[in-house]
Amino acid sequence: MTTAVFIGCSFIAFGPVLALCVCTIAAEPLSLVFLITGGFFWLVSLLLSSLVWFIAVQIGGSNNASVKKNFLIFGVVFSVLLQEVFRFAYYKLLKKANKGLMTVSQEETIPISVRQLSYVSGLGFGIMSGIFSLVNILTDSLGLGSAGIYGDSPQYFLSSAFMTLAIVPLHVFWGIVFFDACEKKKWWAPALVILSHLLVSGLTFLNPQYDGSLVPSYIIMMLMGTWAFFTAGGSLRNLKLCLMCRDKDFLLANQHPR
Amino acid sequence: KLTVRGEPSGCDLLFILNFVPFSSGFCWGNSVERKIYIPLNKTAPCVRLLNATHQIGCQSSMNGDTGVIHVVEKAQDLKWVLTDGPHPPYMVLLEGELFTRELMLQLKGSSRISGLAVAISKPSPAQGFSPGLKCPNDGFGVYSNDYGPQYAHCNWTVWNPLGNGLAYEDFSFPIFLLEDANETQVIKQCYQDHNLPQNGSVPEYPLCAMQLFAHMHAVTNTVTCMRRSSLQTAFSLNPEEVCDALSDYNVWSTLKPINASSKINPVDEVIIVATRIDSHSFFWNVAPGAESAVASFVTHLAAAEALHKVPDVQMLPRNIMFTFFQGETFDYIGSSRMVYDMKMDKFPIRLDNIHSFLELSQVALRNSSVLWVHTDPVSRRNESIQPQVETLVEALINSSVGANVTLQEVGQSQPLPPSSFQRFLRAKSIPGVVLADHRTSFQNRYYQSMYDTAENILMKYPEGLSPEETLDYVTDTAKSLAEVATVVARALYQLAGGTGNTSAIQADPRMVSRMLYGFLIKTNNSWFQSIIKQDLKGLLGDELPQHYIAVTSLVNTTQLVQYVLANLTGTVVNFTKEECLNPEKTPNPEKEMYVYTWVQGSRDPNSTSRVPFCVQSTVHLTKAASPAFELKQWGSTEYSTWTESRWKDIRARIFLIASKELEVSWCVSNNRRRC
Repeated sequence: MTTAVFIGCSFIAFGPVLALCVCTIAAEPLSLVFLITGGFFWLVSLLLSSLVWFIAVQIGGSNNASVKKNFLIFGVVFSVLLQEVFRFAYYKLLKKANKGLMTVSQEETIPISVRQLSYVSGLGFGIMSGIFSLVNILTDSLGLGSAGIYGDSPQYFLSSAFMTLAIVPLHVFWGIVFFDACEKKKWWAPALVILSHLLVSGLTFLNPQYDGSLVPSYIIMMLMGTWAFFTAGGSLRNLKLCLMCRDKDFLLANQHPR
Repeated sequence: KLTVRGEPSGCDLLFILNFVPFSSGFCWGNSVERKIYIPLNKTAPCVRLLNATHQIGCQSSMNGDTGVIHVVEKAQDLKWVLTDGPHPPYMVLLEGELFTRELMLQLKGSSRISGLAVAISKPSPAQGFSPGLKCPNDGFGVYSNDYGPQYAHCNWTVWNPLGNGLAYEDFSFPIFLLEDANETQVIKQCYQDHNLPQNGSVPEYPLCAMQLFAHMHAVTNTVTCMRRSSLQTAFSLNPEEVCDALSDYNVWSTLKPINASSKINPVDEVIIVATRIDSHSFFWNVAPGAESAVASFVTHLAAAEALHKVPDVQMLPRNIMFTFFQGETFDYIGSSRMVYDMKMDKFPIRLDNIHSFLELSQVALRNSSVLWVHTDPVSRRNESIQPQVETLVEALINSSVGANVTLQEVGQSQPLPPSSFQRFLRAKSIPGVVLADHRTSFQNRYYQSMYDTAENILMKYPEGLSPEETLDYVTDTAKSLAEVATVVARALYQLAGGTGNTSAIQADPRMVSRMLYGFLIKTNNSWFQSIIKQDLKGLLGDELPQHYIAVTSLVNTTQLVQYVLANLTGTVVNFTKEECLNPEKTPNPEKEMYVYTWVQGSRDPNSTSRVPFCVQSTVHLTKAASPAFELKQWGSTEYSTWTESRWKDIRARIFLIASKELEVSWCVSNNRRRC
């Protein structure tokens, strides 16, 4: 479907994320480092879960479509769990890193708050996850053909892009909620995060009924977004002040880019 | 978590282990690509060939040509493509019956066609089909304005009246042959699901489209492309040649062994027996050539075998040279090269040594068992040639007594059909005949086409035979060709000065049948496996054998003819593998006359190992490349100048196309032509 579809889909999926990066991460080197490390952690979790799935498929070794689907479901569940485990591992690593950074640096305050870390790590996870889900599809969208000769929906590329658009912020929100819950030792929150992650991944099995998978995913994204907003210290008052450009802390912070 | 449900594959793992650019190279056919495209695997392209003055064949754009598929099953369907259809350009899927010159010229003139796919017609078209010329190899034979002008350019006899000359036209769009009926059905199904107008309304996007990649690098003619190639090889560190000359090897063998590295005695006389071993069709490497080549050289091989069995053959006064010319389809590449080598003293035998010439042209479709004897009327006017020709014809007629072959001379004023003998006549007047199953125009209604298959020469096997049984089953065609071989062998014995009784000379129909099976149906059979060298596994395949000269050295046909000839005319000697592979290590004057081959032998019925042995034969290979390329006369009108273009990527695929992007991208890629 050529260049138009390629550009359209990539901006649909990565536009907001790009904006977030440019506005909040690009200016701060430390955030950038933690973003990329977060991406790397997600990558390692995907590698391990893919290895497990691959070995399971080779051992199982059947060409039956339903058996393959079962293996896929197992792979997806295992991958989700492993991703959350790695999110926790990253949290632990970041805590240790912060302590180390404090001893090394001259300043007395921690260079980066846990809240910011949670946002950055969630964004890193999300970006890497989005890239991996979409880049294969984007390269094929550059060609002349569109999906459908085997009966797939012609909206294949577009719906993949929209799904990625939902997944990336979801990772950010999950990151924020997860880290906050780990800080405050509220163990029911990570459990809910894992459950919602499983739910969203499970919804993708409903494809190609895209209204069945996309709409609930967006609803879950809104809900998680609200939860993350309140966890991060947001409130309706803050929101009003920010929108009317009267939030003094925000205005002051913006004058000293770091 | 996987965002979209695709087929699970190891490619996902590769993707992770390697970086994106590396993996996308190794990961051909990743799951998303497999969702979008259906590759067409059993296709044959039409490629570009060039000679001194023209280019023929087909060309596609650099990144392939795409078009909306339209199936043309009757002539009226063409109107949609040429005028009515709202989504040009179209990619036409043509039934084999409609693949005619009139239709092709209509398509050639239209700018709404981006390519053509021809579905091979089963059974073959009843009215015949020949994409060759009406006058094959015109201008490169012996008849010209200086020699028999009334016979030049087929003024006297049109040899191939069904020839429509399609293979010698130049098309600016790609044309592919769909060899598999299942793939054709898949394309038609896609067309019926998406491209058919519903109740008179225009079909809506997404439409089913096809993309054909067949970009050819050479242009204009041989002079241009060879000049560019030589500039590249001279000045570039990484030369990108654009074309290659068609070349291969001729196979020849003598009845009495001669020393191939020196010249024979000037008084020695040799009788040359010749056949061609190649064919051609509109599409690249599709050249079954059953009647035009295979039947003739199989008969020749059988005659050679029959002669070698005669006990007193080594005492005959004259020698016989069995020659198999490669490339005769393209203006006599093999025979012109051999004549050139003989004139330049690069061949053991000189033109003066040639006593007479016997050629087997198309011999499989004999009408009521008549075999026609063609001679050259111009050379017969010579008083010394005429009696020799008469002796030749008489020997042939004598040999046909008792066999189911009736030899008849064609009228004395009729010229020779297209044959290798004409190249020898160009150099020197030699007495000779050409044997054929046609008196005037060809009996072969599929001359040099993809339909010149085993069915064309009426090879029929009963149902339910295993491959081994089919190999040994003697068809009527085999019996008929064996009779021709018997007549030829007996005549040659007489011509070579043999005085004994010829009734014992018989060609073996079973051997003829095996050869026909091996060269027309399946080369990977047990007999061929037992006569080839050990390390040539890739030589034998399971698909239908094709006999196109190509540009690579030693195509399968040449090698197989070499091994079959060695097996049929050679003797088994008791050498070890070392002695056989290196005969010069144990010096012996006898050994210079022979060629030794270590063949793998047949398989023991109980075990899986083979018993190899050494074959001593007089089979030699000699280069069959046009002298025009040796002399660097790329614009020569004297010698063949055929070259084949080079290309990078040839493939075909179908997919759905979603919207107007098609027109924009087609416009961008074909910026020269049609926007």
